[in-house]
Amino acid sequence: MGHGFGAPEFLFLMTGLKWTVLLSIVAFVGGGVAGLLVAIARTSKNRLLSRLMAIYIGVFQGTPLLMQLFVVYYGLGLVGIHLPAWAAVAIAFTLSASAFLGEIWRGAIQAVPRGQTEAAMALSLPYSSRLRDVILPQALRIAQPATVGYLVQLIKGTSLAAIVGFVELARAGQIVSNQIFEPILVFAIVGSIYFLLCWPLSLYSARLEARHAIAR
Amino acid sequence: MGPTLDFGIVLDYLPTLLWGCLGTLGLALAGMALALIIGIGGVVTRASHIKALRVATISFIEIIRNTPFLVQIFFLYFALPQLGLKLNPTVTAIIALGLNGGAYAIEIIRGGVQSIHKGQTEAGLALGLRKAQIFRLIILKPALRAIYPSLTGQFIMLTLTSSICSSVSAYELTSVAQRIESDTFRSFEVYFTITLMYLAMSWILMTGFAVVSRQYFAYSAR
Repeated sequence: MGHGFGAPEFLFLMTGLKWTVLLSIVAFVGGGVAGLLVAIARTSKNRLLSRLMAIYIGVFQGTPLLMQLFVVYYGLGLVGIHLPAWAAVAIAFTLSASAFLGEIWRGAIQAVPRGQTEAAMALSLPYSSRLRDVILPQALRIAQPATVGYLVQLIKGTSLAAIVGFVELARAGQIVSNQIFEPILVFAIVGSIYFLLCWPLSLYSARLEARHAIAR
Repeated sequence: MGPTLDFGIVLDYLPTLLWGCLGTLGLALAGMALALIIGIGGVVTRASHIKALRVATISFIEIIRNTPFLVQIFFLYFALPQLGLKLNPTVTAIIALGLNGGAYAIEIIRGGVQSIHKGQTEAGLALGLRKAQIFRLIILKPALRAIYPSLTGQFIMLTLTSSICSSVSAYELTSVAQRIESDTFRSFEVYFTITLMYLAMSWILMTGFAVVSRQYFAYSAR
């Protein structure tokens, strides 16, 4: 209709934003739980398990996020699992997040001084308690800046769901832009919304990093 | 019953896909070249005496790093023609990749420059090295050594990111695959195949960069 950017358009973008935020939260929580398991398996003494996880991480780091999305999206359909679009993209982003968070936390676990493990062993703590009470709390603290930094990557990454037609913020922007024929304005607004979402997290991540640098 | 997979059809398109791989590498290479130019220029403007230049550089870095590449490329795709630049999609994609990579390159190169202490030049002078030797051996080489891993990692990232340029139909692997998909309706097979191709490309690049690093940046044994 070409009536310009008004309240209905803005509200539509907000619905898209809601899905962007939900998708990011689901992938971050799901990817966080799975990523913790990946990190633990990757740092375990079991050579085979550790090697398998290295390959898992390597595959996600070595392929485009868009392809991970496509393969999961079309792969699920192929094996007869017909999920709504949001569930399929949520699974893809969760898997991807588990690999990236797994790698971040692997680095953090290995950054915990060896003396900590030795001291815990001297106290004859079992493996589970050593991990839960000694190593992981320290490792997750070390990993805080990188974890928040990854959350920014994840939020930006969810925009790719637009390419398979899921209406999150970027896709909502495309739709509005096609309706009112003002692509430059609409994508500037969409970009600003992403910026308002991501920038505070980036600043927070940088502040955490500065604080850790002082603590060290 | 059950899924039917047919990779045979995809194999018929192998030459087309391999050309797509070259398109992807070309796109990433051109984008990286532009990113390096922006990176070096940005290090200078970020440290400029003129406040407006410093603010503009930092704003550019923050805007690029906190918005999705997909939105950036859409914006450019529509904004560049408004500036009178009627470019084909592949050139638009190179500019988008260059701007995106450039924002990250500024920070990487800045880190490399800051890693060089003034004392190194003084030490070189004290050892009686010539100016050219000082620059080559104890300024340039250590700086390059410091930024090489991040910069080559950035290049691999850019190669993977370039798949998003298919959304403006630039010539690269993903858009080639999309055309094959619409011809054959073999979505999974096509995308699975090119996923392996991307994996192979990043693995080859990673290995190649590691070999170069060992050749040029290894500390000598004595």
